[in-house]
Amino acid sequence: MCLAVPGRVLRVTEADGITMAEVDFGGVRKSVCLQYVPDAAVGEYVVVHVGFAIQRLDERSARETLETFERMGVLKEEFGEVPR
Amino acid sequence: MKYLDEFGDPELARRLLDEIHAVTTRPWAMMEICGGQTHSILRHGIDQLLPESIELIHGPGCPVCVTPLETIDKALAIAERPGVTFCSFGDMLRVPGSGRDLLSVKSAGADVRVVYSPLDALNLARENPDRQVVFFGIGFETTAPANAMTVHQAERLGIGNFSLLVSHVLVPPAIAAIMESPRCRVQAFLAAGHVCSVMGTSEYPPLAQRYRVPIVVTGFEPLDLLEGIRQTVVLLEAGRHEVANAYPRAVPDAGNPAAIAMLGDVFEVTDRTWRGIGRIPRSGWRLSPRYREFDAEERFAVSDVRTREPAVCRSGEVLQGLIKPHECAAFGKQCTPRDPLGATMVSAEGACAAYFAYRRLDLARRS
Ligand code: SF4
Repeated sequence: MCLAVPGRVLRVTEADGITMAEVDFGGVRKSVCLQYVPDAAVGEYVVVHVGFAIQRLDERSARETLETFERMGVLKEEFGEVPR
Repeated sequence: MKYLDEFGDPELARRLLDEIHAVTTRPWAMMEICGGQTHSILRHGIDQLLPESIELIHGPGCPVCVTPLETIDKALAIAERPGVTFCSFGDMLRVPGSGRDLLSVKSAGADVRVVYSPLDALNLARENPDRQVVFFGIGFETTAPANAMTVHQAERLGIGNFSLLVSHVLVPPAIAAIMESPRCRVQAFLAAGHVCSVMGTSEYPPLAQRYRVPIVVTGFEPLDLLEGIRQTVVLLEAGRHEVANAYPRAVPDAGNPAAIAMLGDVFEVTDRTWRGIGRIPRSGWRLSPRYREFDAEERFAVSDVRTREPAVCRSGEVLQGLIKPHECAAFGKQCTPRDPLGATMVSAEGACAAYFAYRRLDLARRS
């Protein structure tokens, strides 16, 4: 549960007075709270932990991280909902 | 060196390793605080690629592992109440309480749900106004902002059937507690990158000075770990007790000011008991008075919890870096990830589970 995964902001929305975003993690899409990184724009990468963006990340390092995580099978572990 | 081709950039990995070997002249023991780093180190065999004189001591940074038994037992008691929907991150479900775990309570009919984010639990509360929805709020500084925002939203939107069972823990007081222990062998720390993404780096220079240890902010991927270890060895060899940032792409020195502000509003510092380690002063967060009405412990007033920890389990010593998992007699025998005796065998970030997953064969062969 401690993992933080970079994802790309696809769409910024507003829900119940907080900024939310649809974020793409190498193919998996999740709804993410953007309230702590409010200036992240569509197309930019953010580091996401349990549904909350906690920092921004430049595109190159974000892509490299996603590739590493993909190779290690980490993305499946992180977004699979069933306890192993 | 069969592992190197897994590193994404084997050339860079090779260069970093060569540099580490070149600068190391003496034995050094450094602790990676974070269980996610322990997992990554074992998975990639980084401990075996380093010079033999460098020992990685695995730290207590697995929130699933250090959540006190009493809190787990309270969670079980709350989850069993009629009318309660109990939500948690997946890895808490198999953590043994005194005899049972959340998964067995769920099989017995309790409404226990795994959620990805605390906001999912808040949405469940809104959709089910006749149920009491409780979220198990564990984690270090990385996770706390998510829980803080969720409670803040519950208050703002007036969602009164939501509450948080809070067991947040903090890294800097744990570093101090480890250094104060008379059995401590740690000479340097790899600080957890994503904790610092939130909190920044300002808490660490006083610790580095006081305990005369270098502290290097380090990421989780194999190359980040090698770079963090390299910078740590360089500081150790030079006798410099400083803080360095080997993960600047995700860690600005100031951290995330918006998150820090929210944490200061929703939480206040409190003493906390760490499973296997004991009480550490001012080492956790609980809800501040303004949000106390969302505290599940108060709402459900669970008393008569009597904790019982299996006597053979040595996870306390594992969490403090005093023994390695395979030195526990139960490791891989009575205790496996399928049938865990201690929390450190449950979570992917627990050292016992990481050793079981990646080192079992060679350890068994050696002994
Ligand atoms: S191997 Fe099992 S019994 Fe031994 S310390 Fe680890 S969790 Fe406890």
